[in-house]
Amino acid sequence: MKKDQINKLLNRIPTHVIIILTMIIWIIPTVGLLVTSLRPPEAVRNTGWWTVFSPKNASGPYAQYCAECHGADGKAIPQADLSNPEVVAKYPRSLQLLALLRKNINGQPHMGNHPLPSAQEAAEIAAYLKQGEQSSSQFSLNNYVDALVGYRGENTYQADCAAGTQPPDLHCNMSDILNSRGMGRAFINSLLVTIPATLLPILFAAFAGYAFAWLDFKGRFLLFALLVGLQVVPLQMTLVPISRFYAQVGLNGTFLGVWLFHTGFGMPYAIYLMRNFLGTLPKDLFESAYLDGASHWTAFRQLVIPLALPAIASLGIFQFLWVWNDLLVSLVFLGGTTPVMTYQISNMVTSLGSGWQVLTAAAFLSMLLPMIVFFSLQRYFVRGMLAGAVKG
Amino acid sequence: MATPQDISKPATTPEVAIRRRPLRASSAPPVPEIMKQGGLAPWLYLLPALLVMSFFIVYPMINTIGLSFLNKNGTASAATTCRAEQPCWGVFENYRYALTAEFNTSSPGAFWNSFWSSSYGNTIKWIFVMVVGTVSVGLGFAVLADRVKYEALAKAILFMPMAISFVGAGVIWKFVYDYGTGQKQIGLLNSIITSLGGHPVAWLSTTPINTYMIILVGIWIWSGFCMTILAAALKSVPDEILEAARVDGATEWTVFWRIMVPIILPTITVVVTTMVINVLKLFDLVYVMTGGNFQTDVIANRMYTEMYKNFNVGRGTAIAVVLVLAIIPFIYFNVRRFMEQEATR
Repeated sequence: MKKDQINKLLNRIPTHVIIILTMIIWIIPTVGLLVTSLRPPEAVRNTGWWTVFSPKNASGPYAQYCAECHGADGKAIPQADLSNPEVVAKYPRSLQLLALLRKNINGQPHMGNHPLPSAQEAAEIAAYLKQGEQSSSQFSLNNYVDALVGYRGENTYQADCAAGTQPPDLHCNMSDILNSRGMGRAFINSLLVTIPATLLPILFAAFAGYAFAWLDFKGRFLLFALLVGLQVVPLQMTLVPISRFYAQVGLNGTFLGVWLFHTGFGMPYAIYLMRNFLGTLPKDLFESAYLDGASHWTAFRQLVIPLALPAIASLGIFQFLWVWNDLLVSLVFLGGTTPVMTYQISNMVTSLGSGWQVLTAAAFLSMLLPMIVFFSLQRYFVRGMLAGAVKG
Repeated sequence: MATPQDISKPATTPEVAIRRRPLRASSAPPVPEIMKQGGLAPWLYLLPALLVMSFFIVYPMINTIGLSFLNKNGTASAATTCRAEQPCWGVFENYRYALTAEFNTSSPGAFWNSFWSSSYGNTIKWIFVMVVGTVSVGLGFAVLADRVKYEALAKAILFMPMAISFVGAGVIWKFVYDYGTGQKQIGLLNSIITSLGGHPVAWLSTTPINTYMIILVGIWIWSGFCMTILAAALKSVPDEILEAARVDGATEWTVFWRIMVPIILPTITVVVTTMVINVLKLFDLVYVMTGGNFQTDVIANRMYTEMYKNFNVGRGTAIAVVLVLAIIPFIYFNVRRFMEQEATR
């Protein structure tokens, strides 16, 4: 019996290995993004994000002269902790450092039998120690601030503001959060686009889904089959005429234009999902309601809407993520006049204007809301996906 | 098979008791007798939806087809853009451009090479690699994750990229693929390669691997989608059948290929067609990661380039029509599947 259990356990090891490996591969790129977004620009440019997890490796003259006694991380001698900024600050240059190295410690030469470093090497050691001081404050939210206000300089927004050398489009006060190049403004724009573009299709789809599921009319089946076909029409097929029309009536660059477009385009899937869900409600429910003299409208308001809440939730999450994550529609209809988050990020990627640290912070900001929605309402999301299985 | 109808039934709502009653079998969705009155009411409920759909899907589709026969600005026939001494398809000139401009027809060898670096060749690569990749990762993971205690966590992690935008995914992976100079590699992939003693590779600008590197990102995003749908189908495979096979001495491998796969085959077909449609429409990833440069272009991105970078309405819409022609078989498939489902309701 016991042997059986051990065998069973052994048989399962490959399964665990494959699953855990896949999980690691799937999560690591996102972890890299998150870690990078928290690191200072200098560190991002020079070392990979994974180095923050490894103990600091000594390099250059420091490794040659000091690491043996002080340790690779400078912490080996508690009385002379080289990772402590206060200790390091006493020896900012090669002169002070060499003077210290020439002194005796407890009657013994500081360097023992080893030769003293040259002036050049001492300078490098001093610089190395100071750099270590910087990386002791490894993580900060500076990149997020930079991303939110749309700072694109060499330094950080806060440092530039403190020095008064900020770019002309920034004022170093709360108004910067609305800077048109920043992710703060883009976040608000994204919300303004997404919320109506989620609610409107749900409302229309609830009406239409009710009609398709519970009302009788001529051509019901044919119309619905047509709708199923429309679900897979590519966005690209409709962009040009609509953007030409919008240009004529002045809807280009307006929220209204994007709301309507998303509503129209999300409709077939939304109705499909609604109708399939409402179709599973028990028939007797409607029969008794109508026998009691309820009108269509009463039945819709008091039966359909409350009972359809799970479907509305699924649909809402789906449409929300779709609109929030969309690039093509906002690129074409909003562009740079009212930039949303995806537009702003794609612009940062293609124009190569800003460093990885701001880009990763911006990308993470844009992922924040979808992630929260996704992890808190995963159940509804999965259900909506299973019911539709065709939206893309 | 997991039809949308039985899955969309919510598991936990106050009305569970009512809803779990078996539905009566009938050829069409049940409509109470009392409702068989037709009239205006249904159309009032349909009106908003029909209006926006006709205006934003049906009318633009027809308009797009019309525009594809016109010139750059949609002001004259496409035939007027023909140049002397050049091949010309008359009013189908934009289609000549859409279908042949990327190809070098000087010799069969040159044609072959230019085909596989064109947006068409790349889209075919995308379809094959992406579909095989996502379905095998999704199916494999669905089968294996079913046997471990941390199933929910494992599935959530695989599924997570679905919540991320293509743009966000593009940034994440561009960083993984980053190509630095010499030993200074801040991209994870090149860093692994250099630490193993290899030479770093410019993943996104080296043809032909760059297309496959972007496809990998697509697989990263969509595997969770395939996994979720296939897992739901797998759960509906009766345990008794699997147990009976195991008792008869079938290995897990045989159980998988001879029992599970045949039973969920209809769902696999649905997933495959869905993925093909998704790939055909795919635009954002290529746009963000390479902009279609370095021979990574796909049909959907080429349409955007013609339309919004070259401002050529005729050519852009012609490419869009080609794209929709490629999708028509799947529209047919979708509608047929829907008809079959309705018949068994």
